[in-house]
Amino acid sequence: MESESLGIVEPKFFQFKENFELESGKILKGFEIIYETYGELNKEKSNAVLICHALSGNHHAAGFSQDEQDKPGWWNELIGPNKAFDTNKYFIVSLNNLGGCHGSSGPSSIDPETSKPFGKNFPLITVKDWVKSQDLLRSHLGLDFWHAVAGGSLGGMQALQWAIDFGGRIKKSIVIAAAPKLSAQNIAFNEVARQAIVTDPDFDQGSFHPKRGLGLARMLGHITYLSEEMMKEKFGRDLKKEEYEYGFDVEFEVESYLRYQADTFSDKFNAHTYLLMTKALDYFDPSRDYANDLNKALEKTTSDFLILSFSSDWRFAPERSKEIVNALISSKKSVSYAEIKSHQGHDGFLFPDKRYVQSIKTFLKK
Amino acid sequence: MNDVLKSWIPKNSEVLDLGCGDGSLLASLKDDLDISGYGVDISEKNIELSLSKGLNVIEQDIDAGLDNFMNSSFDIVIMSQSIQALKKPENALKEIVRIGSECIVSIPNFANLKCRIQLALTGKMPVSKALPHEWYSTPNLHLCSLKDFESLCEKLNIQVIERKLIRNDGKHSIFMKFFPNLFTEVALYKLKQKL
Repeated sequence: MESESLGIVEPKFFQFKENFELESGKILKGFEIIYETYGELNKEKSNAVLICHALSGNHHAAGFSQDEQDKPGWWNELIGPNKAFDTNKYFIVSLNNLGGCHGSSGPSSIDPETSKPFGKNFPLITVKDWVKSQDLLRSHLGLDFWHAVAGGSLGGMQALQWAIDFGGRIKKSIVIAAAPKLSAQNIAFNEVARQAIVTDPDFDQGSFHPKRGLGLARMLGHITYLSEEMMKEKFGRDLKKEEYEYGFDVEFEVESYLRYQADTFSDKFNAHTYLLMTKALDYFDPSRDYANDLNKALEKTTSDFLILSFSSDWRFAPERSKEIVNALISSKKSVSYAEIKSHQGHDGFLFPDKRYVQSIKTFLKK
Repeated sequence: MNDVLKSWIPKNSEVLDLGCGDGSLLASLKDDLDISGYGVDISEKNIELSLSKGLNVIEQDIDAGLDNFMNSSFDIVIMSQSIQALKKPENALKEIVRIGSECIVSIPNFANLKCRIQLALTGKMPVSKALPHEWYSTPNLHLCSLKDFESLCEKLNIQVIERKLIRNDGKHSIFMKFFPNLFTEVALYKLKQKL
């Protein structure tokens, strides 16, 4: 069967007008969440799948948006008719998380008390908070449960947190290229990214845009998303010109690529959102509520798990996924695990590898 | 063979099937005996086939160790015709009796008469229904006879609780009773760690 495109997708809004208490103890006085849906909800309301995005993702996961008709959503390769998340079978919901900068309440929203953007005054949001807000979205959509919650990287961590916090409202959890918590090395990378932003002279109370710092943060992040093999293959030591120029301008192709990534990303993304997302990653540790025992954290879960990792991912290496798998086995939970061979590093989860796609399809049907 | 194997597994057991292949054994145990548990395999194709049967399946290299499975955490650990394909069968054997209260292991008997005759008459490595591969492409790295297997169990302080000898045609012969190492094609063992 030929895969087709979803065409132009219109975003929708969910407004929550009550106070929303955060894990930090702070209160959000209501919020707005932007989301998109693909496919049709069936009569039994049993085919809804929630997609959770990663660090720099957003609600626009598939199809095309009105503003950007040449560039599809970030998981368009996996969501659509006959794709891994088959919109002929499932009703897919994808949102921009709180604290994001693509339409949900976040640092770039206007603070009603000051009539200015929240900027750094927007409270820090955790994975647990996101899952709680996503559960309100579930209720808003009239769903009793999700057939599945799925995501890669930070998105996978949300899929795991869902199973822990709302076991009865999720049948399947698909945790891709994730970890049960960040390592010191992971946190260190995030801290360098944050320092790049906050030490940029243009970083000032959120009223300016620290383009250089945000760009640097993105460059660093991007290196950790790719495997060495992939970079070697893609750029090698290729030069833009034939000879060395003995200067500090762009000479190697890899430099040019990173600068381009930094430039396009920092034009669009909010620096405070970037800071907030990296903190959400650092804070993520569901075992913390259970005496640092992941087995205990997973004890109450009732969903069926699919854990997937990518062989060349060193940011959240297969061993990290196996920590989740082993904890699930220890508590005799329903879990399957596959390590997808890929040379694309952490970014592997964005591409439609044949085995990867088939595993998701089979598991959703299981 | 699977009938014998099934008769050794109590209903509702927690089962770990190491080298679960396409998952058909585990699936039939699930259907017939309401067991729960996991299959473990290293082949991409087998993972997918097992997943499509609705099983829990874990991609893992048994030779790389089984220390992610805790002591006495399963009622039954099965290694059906997979131990001879391992690089370190001795390690695996030690590990399965640690993980399972009881273990079921089946092995192709390399010392059966057909193998012996083939080797003696043709001077070539035996190829049979139980061992269908040529020497250069066989996944079976560590073939053994019943005697070999049993002496390894003895060495590792593993008790053979039961042994069932099987011919590929399913028939039973009186010869198997008196000359098991000569007439058996596949042997099924129920094992546990001696206390």
